[in-house]
Amino acid sequence: MTTLVYLIPVALFLGALGLSGFLWALRSGQYEDLDGAAERILIDSDDGAENATRSK
Amino acid sequence: MSCCAPGAEMALDLVNAGSVLPSSQEIRLASRSLGDDLRQTDLSVPTVHCAACIQAIETALGKLDQVESARVNLSTKRVAVRWRGNQVPPLVAALGRLGYEAHLFDPEVDNKDKTLSELIRAVAVAGFAAGNIMLLSVSVWSGAEGATRDLFHWVSALIAIPALAFAGGIFFRSAWNALRHGRMNMDVPIAVGVSLAYAMSLYETITHGDHAYFDASVSLLFFLLIGRTLDHVMRERARTAVKGLSQLAARGAMVLRGDGARDYLPVGEIEPGMLLLIAAGERIPVDGKIIQGASDLDCSLVSGESTPRNVAAGEAVQAGVLNLTGPLTIEATAAAKDSFLAEMVRLMESAEGGRAHYRRIADRVSALYAPVVHLTAFATFLGWMAATGDWHRAITIAIAVLIITCPCALGLAVPIVQVVAARRLFENGIMVKDGSAMERLATIDKAVFDKTGTLTLGQPRLVNADSIDPAMLAIAGDMAAHSRHPFSKAIAGFARLGGQHKFDAVTEHPGFGIEATATGSTWRLGRRGWAGWKARTGGEGKHGYGGTVLTKDGFIVATFDFEDALRADARAAIDQLHNAGMCVEMLSGDTAGACGEVAKMLGVDNFIPCLLPSGKVERIETAAKDGHRVLMVGDGLNDTPALSAAHVSIAPATAADIGRNAADFVFLRESLLAVPLALDVSRKAGSLIRQNIVIAIVYNAIAVPIAILGHVTPLIAAIAMSASSLLVVGNAMRLQGFATGASSAIARQDRPARAGAMAQSS
Repeated sequence: MTTLVYLIPVALFLGALGLSGFLWALRSGQYEDLDGAAERILIDSDDGAENATRSK
Repeated sequence: MSCCAPGAEMALDLVNAGSVLPSSQEIRLASRSLGDDLRQTDLSVPTVHCAACIQAIETALGKLDQVESARVNLSTKRVAVRWRGNQVPPLVAALGRLGYEAHLFDPEVDNKDKTLSELIRAVAVAGFAAGNIMLLSVSVWSGAEGATRDLFHWVSALIAIPALAFAGGIFFRSAWNALRHGRMNMDVPIAVGVSLAYAMSLYETITHGDHAYFDASVSLLFFLLIGRTLDHVMRERARTAVKGLSQLAARGAMVLRGDGARDYLPVGEIEPGMLLLIAAGERIPVDGKIIQGASDLDCSLVSGESTPRNVAAGEAVQAGVLNLTGPLTIEATAAAKDSFLAEMVRLMESAEGGRAHYRRIADRVSALYAPVVHLTAFATFLGWMAATGDWHRAITIAIAVLIITCPCALGLAVPIVQVVAARRLFENGIMVKDGSAMERLATIDKAVFDKTGTLTLGQPRLVNADSIDPAMLAIAGDMAAHSRHPFSKAIAGFARLGGQHKFDAVTEHPGFGIEATATGSTWRLGRRGWAGWKARTGGEGKHGYGGTVLTKDGFIVATFDFEDALRADARAAIDQLHNAGMCVEMLSGDTAGACGEVAKMLGVDNFIPCLLPSGKVERIETAAKDGHRVLMVGDGLNDTPALSAAHVSIAPATAADIGRNAADFVFLRESLLAVPLALDVSRKAGSLIRQNIVIAIVYNAIAVPIAILGHVTPLIAAIAMSASSLLVVGNAMRLQGFATGASSAIARQDRPARAGAMAQSS
C-alpha cells in the first residue's frame, strides 16, 4: 500500500510527460510533413548551404 | 501595384509555350507578407515525390538572389518560399528548369486545419486518460478492495475529468447542436451515456461502491475519436489534393490605362470599360469584346465545343476561355461578378437539389437507435423500481444498460468502412470529398456524361498520319512545334526525332496558321483558304477539322484530318457501367455530328447535343423527377451546374476549378475506368456498412438483456464493447481484400502517373 503512494504519482507523471511531449511535437509542426521527414534522412547535408535553406 | 517591366514578364510567358505559367504579378498577388519586407509564397509542385526532388528544389530556390529560405512539404506537395525585395524572384522559371511544374493556389482558402489538430489533441488526451484508468481498473478487477479500491477510483475520477472536458467536448457540442435543431445524431446517445456513466461512477466512488465505469466512459471516447480523426484525415487529404491541382481561373489581368501605363489588377478590381491585354496562353478573366488582334480560342471548358474558335476584332469573348495563339486586346464588358463564370456559380447554387436533402445512413440509424436505447434504459429503471423498490439499484442497472448500448460499434460502423474505401479509391487516383458521396454513389441507376473533356480528352488527334508522306509530316511537325494551337500540338508529336529542319524564319499568324521560309520556298501550315497560293484574303468560311493543310509555295502537299481523341478506356468504362445495370447518357454543348460519332463509338444509350448549361440541369432534374438517381460526370464550366444538380457527381482532374469543387469525386488519372471503380467500391462499402450495422445490432441484442437483468459489471462492459468494436473494424478491413478488375487495370496502366500524382497516398 505504501508503495502505491509514490508509484501512482510516478506512473501518472510519466504518462503526462509523454502526453505533453506529443502535444509539444504537434504544436511545433513535427507532424506537418510525415512523408517528407521519411525522405529527408536520405539527404546528405554535408555542405552548410543545405542547412541554411531550412526555415524551421 | 505598378510593376517594373511587365513586357518582359509577358515575353517570358510566351517562351514557355504549352503550359500556362503564373506570371510574377500573379505570384506577388498570391504571396503574403510576413512583415519586415519578407514575403512568403506557397507553390504547389505536384510532381515532387522523393528526397532527391526535395534537395534539388530547396537547393535551386535557395540559390536565387532574394530568396531567404525554401522548404518543401512532401505530404502536401508544396514548397514554401520566403523572399525579400520588390522584384519577385523567378521561382516558377527556376522550378521549370529543374523539370517541375509549379502552380499557385489560393492562399485565402488555405487556412490551417484547426479541426484536425483539435481532434488529434483530443485523441492524445483521451488515450492518455484511457490508458491510465484502464491500468487502475485492471487492479480493481483483479481484486483490489476497501481503501485501495476507493483510492484507485478517486484517481480514475480525477484523470477522467480533463478527458471528458477536452476530448468529450467534441461530442457534447455536436450533440447539443443536433438537439437544439430538433434533430438526433449518433453523438446524442454517446454524450448521454458518457456523462451518465461518469456521474454514476462518481456517486459510487463517494459512497464506497464497488462498480465504477470510469474506464468505460473514457475508452469509449478514445475509440470514437480515433474513428472520427481518420474520417477527417481522409476528407482533408482529398481536399488538399484537389486544391493542389492547377488553378484554371485567371486571377488577374494586365490593364492598359488611357495614358499607356500598364497595371496588373486582380480579377475582382476589373471594371467594365477597361482595356485588357491577354497574352497567348492566358485565360480571359471577364466577359469582353475584342478591340484588337486575332487569335484562336479554346472554348472547351466553357461551351463544350471541341474545335478551337477563330476570333478577330469586334467579337465577344466569354470569361474562362483560353487564348491560344495571338495576343489580344479586349475591352471588359462585365465585371467579374457578372461574368460567365459567376453566372455558372449562381446556376450551380440554385441547382443544389437532391443531395441537400440526403440523410446519411448513420444519421438515419441513430434517429431510430437513440430513442430505442433511451426508452429501454428508462423501462429498465421502471421495471427494477417496480420489482425491488431499490432506486439506487434501479438507476445503476439503467445506466449500465446505457453504457453497454453506447453506440461504440455503431459509431465506428460507418466511418471506418468509408475510411478504408476512400483509401482504396485514393490509391487508384480517385479523391472522395466526403463519406456521404459514397453512400449516394452506391444508389445511382443512371450515369450522365459530358462529351468534351470527359468522354473525350478535348484534344484533337491526327487520324490520317499513315496516309501522309512521312517527309511532309516531319516538316509539318517541326513547324507545328512553334505553336500552341491544339492542332499544332497534335501534329508536333509526329516531328522526326533529332533531324530538325532548318527554317530561316517561322512566324505564327494567329487565327490562320504558321508560316516558315526555308531555302527560298515558303511553307504554310494552317487553314486551307490561307495556306493556298496567294489566297491571302482570309475571307474563307469556317473550316472544321478537315480544313488544315500543309502547302509549299502555295501548293497543297498534305492535308490533315483530326478527331477528338477518346479518353483512355472510355469504351471499357461504359461497358462496365452497362454491366452494373446503369443507363448511360451523354449531354453535350457540341454539335450533333460530333456527338453522334462519339456516342456510336462508345455505345452510349442516348445523347443530346447543343445543350446550354441550364439545359443540362433541366435534363438531370427531369430524370430525377422520373425517379432516377443520376450520376453526372463532367469537366467544363458549363457542366458545373449539372454537377451540383445531380445526385452525385464525378469530375476529372482537368476540370475547371468550380467544377472540381462542385464534384463529389475527382479522379486524377486519364483512364475513365475510375468511374466504374468508384461505383464498385462504393457499392461494396455500402454492403459492408449494412453488415457492420447488423453486427452492432446483434451485439446489442445479446448484451442488452444481460444488462437489463443486472449482470453487467465494468469488466464485462469493457470486454463486450472492445470486442464489438474490433469486430466492426475487422469487417471494414475486408474491403481492402476485394480485388476488382477495374482497379487492377488502372494500376497496371499508369504506374508512372501514380508515382507522380499519388505518392501522397503512402
